[in-house]
Amino acid sequence: MKLNLLYFARLREELGVAQEALECQVSTVGELIEMLASRGPVWRAQLLADEPLKIAVDHEMVLPSFVLGRDAEVALFRPVTGG
Amino acid sequence: MTSESIVSVQHALFDLGVEFNTLRERHPGVGAIVSFAGLVRDLNLGDDVQALELEHYPGMTEKCLERIAQQATDRFGLQAVRIIHRVGLLQTGDPIVLVLTASDHRHEAFEANEFIMDYLKSDAPFWKKEWTSEGPRWLDQRACDREASVRWRVAA
Repeated sequence: MKLNLLYFARLREELGVAQEALECQVSTVGELIEMLASRGPVWRAQLLADEPLKIAVDHEMVLPSFVLGRDAEVALFRPVTGG
Repeated sequence: MTSESIVSVQHALFDLGVEFNTLRERHPGVGAIVSFAGLVRDLNLGDDVQALELEHYPGMTEKCLERIAQQATDRFGLQAVRIIHRVGLLQTGDPIVLVLTASDHRHEAFEANEFIMDYLKSDAPFWKKEWTSEGPRWLDQRACDREASVRWRVAA
């Protein structure tokens, strides 16, 4: 499947990437996170550490158990601070 | 009478008076309009704040604001809602967010305004980066804001 990955705010700065197109085969969002974390120590530290990670798929918040069935836009970010 | 809900995510400053009067003209029957404005403070966590940068998720942020405006309208029986949230680089003292809620009577307008603000603080896709005299830092979500949103959950 084709995923358009977006990274926001502090997570974007830590990872050094704002957007990337990814061709991959993963079942769940959790598997996607694991796959990204395997890229190296910075990715592992940012994606699998204690700090809360928020995920949106096609503009809807999801949990790691969410099944990615098809091409989608996946956004990763830390808890929001609006208002 | 139809209820309207309008949201804006914008760089530009807004004018509370203009928004208030526009809402009044569009809804001559309302009995109560409650307004909340959030401003950039010049002091946070003990440090001097020089500027505040607001980032958002184009596409998702607008959808989330439209959704909460509609939820507020339905839940509290509002006649109108107006939500403006600024993004970009803001100066201390600048307004960040405006929430207007209009209803027949004051109770619903007050409650709906808090409901919307609690949502904006806990779940709307915006991120704040403060530029302080000690350097830039991204703000962390506060536990109190997270907890404030819990009280609006409808009992099963």
